[in-house]
Amino acid sequence: MSKIHVTTSVNGDAVEFLCDPRETLLDVLRDRLGLTGAKEGCGTGDCGACTITLDGRVVCSCLVLGAEAEGREVGTIEGIANGEELHPLQRKFIEHAALQCGICTPGILVATKALLEKNPDPTETEVRYWLAGNLCRCTGYDKIIRAVMDTAAELRSESKELS
Amino acid sequence: MSLDDVKTTGFKYVGTSPDRPDGLDKVTGRAKFGADAYAPGMLHGAIARSPHAHARIISIDTSKAEALEGVKAIVTRADFRDDLRGDHWNVLENVMAGDTALYDGHAVAAVAATSVLVARDAAKLIEVTYETLPHVTDVDEAMADGAPVIRAGTADKSVPEGLHPNVVRYHESGHGDVEAGFAEADLIIEDHFRTEATHQGYIEPHACLATLGGDGKGDLWCCTQGHWNVQKICSSLLGLETSQLRVTASEIGGGFGGKTVVFIEPVALALSRKTNRPVKIVMSRSEVFRASGPTASTSMDVRIGMKKDGTITAAKGVFRLQGGAFPGAPMEFTAMCAFAPYNLKHVKQIGYDVMSNRPKQAAYRAPGSPMGAFAVESVIDELCNKLGLDPIEVRLKNASREGTRASFGPTFQRVGLVETLEAAKAHPHYSAPLKPGQGRGISCGFWFNFGGETSVSLALSMDGTVQIVVGTPDIGGSRASMALMAAEELGIPYENIRCTIADTASLGYNEVSHGSRVTYASGLATIKAARDAVKKLCGRAAAKWGIDPEAVDWVDGCAVPSGPNAGDFDPMPIAQICKSMGRTGGPIVGHFEASPEGAGVSFATHIVDAEVDPETGKTSVVRYTVVQDAGKAIHPAYVEGQYQGGAAQGIGWALNEEYVYGKDGRLQNDVFLDYRIPVASDLPMIDTVIVEVPNPGHPHGVRGVGETSICPPLAAIANAVSAAAGVRLHELPMNPPRILAALARRD
Repeated sequence: MSKIHVTTSVNGDAVEFLCDPRETLLDVLRDRLGLTGAKEGCGTGDCGACTITLDGRVVCSCLVLGAEAEGREVGTIEGIANGEELHPLQRKFIEHAALQCGICTPGILVATKALLEKNPDPTETEVRYWLAGNLCRCTGYDKIIRAVMDTAAELRSESKELS
Repeated sequence: MSLDDVKTTGFKYVGTSPDRPDGLDKVTGRAKFGADAYAPGMLHGAIARSPHAHARIISIDTSKAEALEGVKAIVTRADFRDDLRGDHWNVLENVMAGDTALYDGHAVAAVAATSVLVARDAAKLIEVTYETLPHVTDVDEAMADGAPVIRAGTADKSVPEGLHPNVVRYHESGHGDVEAGFAEADLIIEDHFRTEATHQGYIEPHACLATLGGDGKGDLWCCTQGHWNVQKICSSLLGLETSQLRVTASEIGGGFGGKTVVFIEPVALALSRKTNRPVKIVMSRSEVFRASGPTASTSMDVRIGMKKDGTITAAKGVFRLQGGAFPGAPMEFTAMCAFAPYNLKHVKQIGYDVMSNRPKQAAYRAPGSPMGAFAVESVIDELCNKLGLDPIEVRLKNASREGTRASFGPTFQRVGLVETLEAAKAHPHYSAPLKPGQGRGISCGFWFNFGGETSVSLALSMDGTVQIVVGTPDIGGSRASMALMAAEELGIPYENIRCTIADTASLGYNEVSHGSRVTYASGLATIKAARDAVKKLCGRAAAKWGIDPEAVDWVDGCAVPSGPNAGDFDPMPIAQICKSMGRTGGPIVGHFEASPEGAGVSFATHIVDAEVDPETGKTSVVRYTVVQDAGKAIHPAYVEGQYQGGAAQGIGWALNEEYVYGKDGRLQNDVFLDYRIPVASDLPMIDTVIVEVPNPGHPHGVRGVGETSICPPLAAIANAVSAAAGVRLHELPMNPPRILAALARRD
């Protein structure tokens, strides 16, 4: 079967790849581009471990074909930190012990970063519903929610200081 | 400090919650889990599985699959050892079916190909001719006369005569005379309970990368809770010498007991041996549900007698566990844990291990205990309701304490049940008002905890920093706990220590990360390895000073002269001793190897508020408090995390999760959409209280915390839901249809 040539951008870098027409974007990221931060937990869009952004929108990369990345902007967990400086969410997740095994963490970080960009002051309920598509089996979500709320508060106080 | 000293107070590092050492890797996506390994020349494996619950395999035709471009090898049962007996034969029989497919999803053949897509296409082209056989998936039906026999002659000697051949093991324990005890009761309640099978639900599917050559030497990378066990079993199934197979444990994306066994690893090794290339296999979620271990499902009868003052006079339980098409359902743990929280004069418990056409059950967090607690604690709740007694007071009145003869035989040493009940009683949650439609439930729970083979090495670097090598995969932050315990003993900062999980070539045998044993056993070994290193450090300082090594103390990371030499020399810091270690006797390494037997049992008490919507039957958990004895919380934030995670899994088990089998014996809900584990919007914050009653068998008092947290939730939630609904719920999960049926029964 002939492969499809795709030109796209991943975390701001220009990227080209060849993929099978049936290959998911998740498989392309992991198996062809070496970006294994996004995980496959289900392959059916139910668990959110493969969460990435496509043109800024949160998607399950297991439900996107590699070919659909043509001309788009892909954002993954590998692009969240700024050099050696972690994104505040990454820092707060460590501080709050908001991960145990860590397999869901990349997807949850990508999803919550998008949430805070959209809504800097979410309620606990809003955070819980935003993350309803990201399964975590270890933590019971308690410390995850606290880490997100604390990050949001820190980012708000920083932006207040700037303004 | 002598090697055997126990320290339970005055900690400097233990009991703090620093950032975990693997935190950065895990928030940046660079941590390597099972499916994140790749090798040059690697092939991808896929497995063909039975669509039938029970079927004889007449023939397997691989010609079409082999003809597909990119296919390199196909293996069937013929590619594994044919002379195994006993436990390892059972493992092999589950890994790859022999004459008969025993459950929907049972592996029958596997293929290695140049891509995942080709491998999956080829697996579909493998043509298996089956002769379907009658099947049974329900525990009571599997025990009944006339039920299809899964495998004749499997029952061991414990099984009394006259039982169905699917009953393969039998357990009976207890003490006293239960009939005499029931005669003393003012009220006796007997009830029947059922729980469905649930899955551990780890988010990371099983994954491995295997390399094996015709020379019998191999390397295996896999996500597992115990890689020495993987090494032992895989080498047995493939006829290798154990030491020739090196196994490395990846970061593990959840296990909860389900990754204590092997499924795909021997298959990948067989494919690798046949192709002489590395082979990677990753299960799909559907394969995880259909073919990796769920829990047992249960059918239980519990009878308890109580006096008007709340004294329990006698208790009896019958626990039937279906564990799939193989022996091993943990019915003895159900039986032994069920009444363990109570000091009973007369108690008897009976367990049945029953085979059916389902996947082989695997351990799930305190395997067997939550179900028994559901039945027993529900009956106690009903007795309290009928006699107008406070459920915590009744439990305090009957609670197991130091010196109590446990329901399962031994006499308890120091235990913390009373302390958890007192803390629950004092917690504001217990006296908070309830809204209309809400009910409150409480329950106790018990788990043994475990020791097992443990081997730790602790090496000092020339700058006085420390590397610890342990053999227990880190599921929830144990590297941080090891570093904290070592910091405490060595008197050096937590940040100066790096803890690594070694491969099987780097340490002696380490038992699996299960039984809540890691912080207990690897922790104990880490502490003793540190004390061994301290002894050697003191020896070097003594030699330098020319004094007796016994006259050197270790204080805050320094050797200090003591006794008759006190004050004669300045303290010698660890960095100074290590800098010259090459000239003063060579590298300094502390070791400890043993099978520690002082694991401390633990108890918990949970408080739950539930709200039932009478229109839809939907239940919401609106408030949840976990109170549990940790012995000593080494890293309190991760102890809280274990408490919260256990409670959340219990909420899923109680309200929503279940294996649904059709009449055809096929699993109907093999994706997360249909097997719905709790999501963030389903749960409240989960409050925790860490009780610390030190375990005398651990140098810092640790009991182990991972499993006990899932023992009380099923019963605590059932008691809350029953209070809210005004009718007793006897069957899990308490999903909306069951709640509506119960409400109709009430009215």
